[in-house]
Amino acid sequence: MSRVPLKLFTIVGLAVAVGLATAVSPFAASTPDGLERVAEDKAFVEAAKDTPLHESSPIPDYAFPGIDDERVATGVAGFVGTLFMFGLGYGLALLIRRRDGGGGATTA
Amino acid sequence: MYSLPIALHIPDGFLSNGVSAVLWVVAIVIIAYGLRVANVSLTEDRVPLLGVLAAFIFAGQMLNFPVAGGTSGHFLGAALAAVLLGPWIACIVTAVVIAVQAIAFADGGITVLGANIVNMGALGALLAGFLMVAALRVLPKTRGAFLGTVAVVAWTAVMVGAIATALQLAISGTVPLGTVLPAMVGVHALIGIGEAVITVAAVSAVLASRPDLIAIGDPERYAAGAPALAGEGAR
Repeated sequence: MSRVPLKLFTIVGLAVAVGLATAVSPFAASTPDGLERVAEDKAFVEAAKDTPLHESSPIPDYAFPGIDDERVATGVAGFVGTLFMFGLGYGLALLIRRRDGGGGATTA
Repeated sequence: MYSLPIALHIPDGFLSNGVSAVLWVVAIVIIAYGLRVANVSLTEDRVPLLGVLAAFIFAGQMLNFPVAGGTSGHFLGAALAAVLLGPWIACIVTAVVIAVQAIAFADGGITVLGANIVNMGALGALLAGFLMVAALRVLPKTRGAFLGTVAVVAWTAVMVGAIATALQLAISGTVPLGTVLPAMVGVHALIGIGEAVITVAAVSAVLASRPDLIAIGDPERYAAGAPALAGEGAR
């Protein structure tokens, strides 16, 4: 079996991530997660403080601002966030990768 | 309704300043070393993989799945990153995701960001990566053994993060160790199973499409199309 071209691999991988974050995350479990559950059960949850960035963060709590529907707000946050992470990861990798004198040409 | 922005991420206030500061230092040292490793070994063909992994880990962390008793958990991705990129570059990817979550999504605290980078990313990535290398040295070179090892190290990565978090909470004086450790271990033993399932599925997909992109082990030898070594992965 031949290898999938890198470009196709990248597009499909990104599409899976964006699809999950956009379409599935609005329906993810909303029950307390591991640490939150332990903090509630063991009565130290009140030690938690809101992060000082809560007001200034662009998309607090994975809800895209200005959208009333909670699920849509989460889906849009997932879509935007996942694309942003791809760009950031890709860009960072270009900056920190091994240089063989090939210059900064883009890959894929 | 007020809901705590915890989501496995430690919020501000859970750890003492001393513990938070030490973990910031640990996180910075690990990232600095990771950058050096990337500078030497991150080849151009892996650049898109880093973008895809950052996206996939971010997406996966939004997908809370239910575990027992009204509790949920989510994918962490440290082991997946370690298998695909090697342990040190995995530390960078997970750190970037966790930092963006804290800054852009108000998920996880800022004073405890170092702790989250260590507990949810670096510790698991390093342990999973080095365990994987050690295990593959002695295990048969089959697809089954490879994926089985991936499952075990993914589960282990979640557990080590949970244990580290429990220790840090106890040292910080937030909650006694005897109280928090069994609870954290119990919940995360279940969350780790979800982590193992997702990690194996993702590694299988890469194994089937681009085995050359897998950093750890010698997966091309038993990937699809390679000469069958033990009856698996022959087609």
